[in-house]
Amino acid sequence: MAWMSWTLPTALFFIGIAVILVGMTTWQLISPCVERRGFLPLATTRGDRLFIGLLSSAFIHLAFVALTDVNIAVATVLCAFWMIILMRWG
Amino acid sequence: MQTKVENNKAWFLVLPVFLIVAFSAIIPLMTVVNYSVQDIFDPYTRYFVGTEWFKQVMLDSRLHEALLRQFIYSFTILIIEVPLGICVALMMPTKGRGASLALILVAIPLLIPWNVVGTIWQIFGRADIGLFGAFMSSIGVDYNYASDPTDAWLTVVLMDVWHWTPLVALLCYSGLRAIPEVYYQAARIDQASRWAVFRYIQLPKLTNVLIIGVLLRFMDSFMIYTEPFVLTGGGPGSSTTFLSQSLVQQAIGQFDLGPAAAFSLVYFLIILLVCWVFYTTIMNMQKDK
Repeated sequence: MAWMSWTLPTALFFIGIAVILVGMTTWQLISPCVERRGFLPLATTRGDRLFIGLLSSAFIHLAFVALTDVNIAVATVLCAFWMIILMRWG
Repeated sequence: MQTKVENNKAWFLVLPVFLIVAFSAIIPLMTVVNYSVQDIFDPYTRYFVGTEWFKQVMLDSRLHEALLRQFIYSFTILIIEVPLGICVALMMPTKGRGASLALILVAIPLLIPWNVVGTIWQIFGRADIGLFGAFMSSIGVDYNYASDPTDAWLTVVLMDVWHWTPLVALLCYSGLRAIPEVYYQAARIDQASRWAVFRYIQLPKLTNVLIIGVLLRFMDSFMIYTEPFVLTGGGPGSSTTFLSQSLVQQAIGQFDLGPAAAFSLVYFLIILLVCWVFYTTIMNMQKDK
């Protein structure tokens, strides 16, 4: 695995994504979701909201890196709040 | 009363595909993510740099220019290829030997390898030995794709239209053939015009194949590399240097693996976003109907 040049932050990132996917799958098996409409202008399932949340979080991080000198952890905390809002009311 | 028997064995049949995708896509993507946060000299000599490469890439004016060119290029070819593909499909014969012949003729450009397409158009566009170049010269147009950016753009767009309009045409042709004859009979009874038949019968029935066509063409054109590379080499200047070519220059030409990995991830996110927007918009349009 040395050729993949792993680092602790990237390993944690992928473990996080894997845990989210496993968690979402288990949640879906226990209580299947129904498509609904929240503050987003389209009807979404739980998986849709997760995808939108992850993609928008990636762009929020990129915007933080490009436009500010603020620590990236601030963007991560903001994205965590954004994900909660999106999953609950999106 | 019969109870429904659940059998999840089919999931094991998906396993080979999962493994292939893992090895061909997920593991390379993970490696790119790892590279994007390090200064890589070789797999054993590397330094963690955090988000430095992302900052550099996001503020790189070459990337901004290449991105703008890429969007202009992709939307230009979509605007041309989709209506043209529909027109070609509508004009193709539906029965007999003519239909088979038309299908073969239309499919020919799709069978030609991308680097060969570039070479064909490189020769085709030359004023001294190429038909297109000679034709432009004969009508008094000062055409030279190697030195004039407008001519280079025209040639790259024409090349893509020639190469990929057949894909849209074949998709639309298959969609048109799937429309039941009763729809046309009803239209004849109502004395519907040719335009009305197209607008209210054929076009709605083509929506699904057009979704596939637009997505395929967008993704393909957004990742285009070989044809413009062979034809113009990204020039004159950097007028036809698209995103993938900038990326290759950085990754292989300069061997800047860290910045190139960050560039790849930004590129990947842009493609993911645009495809999602396209897909969601088109699917919602269908739902609204």
